[in-house]
Amino acid sequence: MREKILAVMEKNSRIDLKELAILLGEDEVAVANAIADMEKENIICGYHTLINWDNTSEEKVSALIEVRVTPQRGMGFDHIAERIYQYPEVNAVYLMSGAYDFTVILEGKSMRAVAQFVSEKLSTLDSVLSTATHFVLKKYKDHGTVLSKSQNRDERMLITP
Amino acid sequence: MRNPISDKSAALKPSGIRKFFDVVSEMPDAISLGVGEPDFDTPWFIRDEGIYALEKGRTFYTSNAGLKELRQEIAAYLNRRCGLTYDPLHEVVVTVGGSEAIDIGLRAMLDPGDEVLIPEPCYVSYLPCVQLADGVPVPIRLLEEHEFRLTAGQLEAAITPKTKVLIMPFPNNPTGAIMTREDLEAVAEVVLRHDLFVISDEIYSELTYGGDHVSIASMPGMGERTVVINGFSKSYAMTGWRLGYAAGPAPIIEQMTKIHQFAIMCAPTVSQYAAVDALKNGDEAVAQMRESYNQRRRFVVSTLREMGLDCFEPLGAFYVFPSIKKFGLSSEEFCSRLLEEEKVAVVPGTAFGDSGEGFVRISYAYSLDALKEALGRVRRFTERLEHA
Repeated sequence: MREKILAVMEKNSRIDLKELAILLGEDEVAVANAIADMEKENIICGYHTLINWDNTSEEKVSALIEVRVTPQRGMGFDHIAERIYQYPEVNAVYLMSGAYDFTVILEGKSMRAVAQFVSEKLSTLDSVLSTATHFVLKKYKDHGTVLSKSQNRDERMLITP
Repeated sequence: MRNPISDKSAALKPSGIRKFFDVVSEMPDAISLGVGEPDFDTPWFIRDEGIYALEKGRTFYTSNAGLKELRQEIAAYLNRRCGLTYDPLHEVVVTVGGSEAIDIGLRAMLDPGDEVLIPEPCYVSYLPCVQLADGVPVPIRLLEEHEFRLTAGQLEAAITPKTKVLIMPFPNNPTGAIMTREDLEAVAEVVLRHDLFVISDEIYSELTYGGDHVSIASMPGMGERTVVINGFSKSYAMTGWRLGYAAGPAPIIEQMTKIHQFAIMCAPTVSQYAAVDALKNGDEAVAQMRESYNQRRRFVVSTLREMGLDCFEPLGAFYVFPSIKKFGLSSEEFCSRLLEEEKVAVVPGTAFGDSGEGFVRISYAYSLDALKEALGRVRRFTERLEHA
């Protein structure tokens, strides 16, 4: 049942409990308990809203930063990751396989704010060797949802056998 | 001038659904739960394969029976999903949708006067196709108290010395009924005893919600007397690609392929190439769509019951078939008034045979939001009827 709950909620975290239970053919109380358990177990880590900021008057800049570091003895990457993810402007931090170590996704008010963060905070961390900053120009799809989509019309004929 | 129209064509009754379609088309703001096709787009990897086939210039005829590779994949698929074994070279023909397979199957098997048993309510084309093949359609009235399954007793009662073919339309459009293994065993026993043949239309075979579909062709002794019809329209959301197939005993498939060759030449080539990929890599996409239909099915059944409509639990296809008898209206009256008063289109059960009287077909091949809106209006309508 957990996987099915997650599959629905990943697409729609606002679904009401009664409806979710109906969709899955499960008991409402059992679904509520499963969700509460998954929250406690840190499987469900939060409920967010997918916002297309481009359609608002708010100025926001996203950047993806490749970071190369030297891991510290006895602490591995986790300690450096923590130093990075503590900054509130950091949206996501992933440890990567391949040519560099971390992907840091950053959201700032302007390109200048992002540049400032990289040069003053990120690059000055002891273990950071180098950074490469990529600014996002346009978001087409995020979290499995196409953002630029115009209203989907039903192309089917109204009645078919 | 002489009358250019044949008596046979003139005598064919136009589809009841057509009449309703004409009315609905006049109402641009109507919302419909009347569609008999998936709301999903064809999965992208299949469309991509179609585009690739066009780019490669795969725009010529294929062999009459269809691409060899496709027939091999079909045979492998039927083996994997239904435990059926067919020789792809002699026992499979690729057709223009399941509909063509129904037509050429009947034409290959019927002599004038042969009776064909058609469990109703059912898809609209069996009866006219039997008539076009000079057969005599004999409807069997399926009953709600049997959850619209065909029972051995009903079958037995309809058989005469002229009966040759039984149509098996399960999972069923419009009722959503399925046949379990036990149900099929009982039917197969009667079929064998009376030396009948079966055309089993299994186009909704991937859309069952209480366990995997069972094909009557997999019953002992039935493979050699059953033509299985299936296709890509419902399972892979490929209605517009017009691609189906029939699998069965070589002598029947050979005749069907001959008729197909003269009438059609071959099924659309681009669609065939895309379908190869659908069968090879489509199981997960099919499972995802099935899960999504299943969720909406539960929602619709629960909502209809909540508003006091009688509704058996449909375990197949993407339709529910609630009874509207308690309102004292005919199916057509109910649907016309629902359309007029709330601008929601559902299909009267009578469009699928007289035994659909007292029922309406509601399709749940719609988004959850669309279903909520439409069922909200249905609720308003039925509440008004109850308080009138």
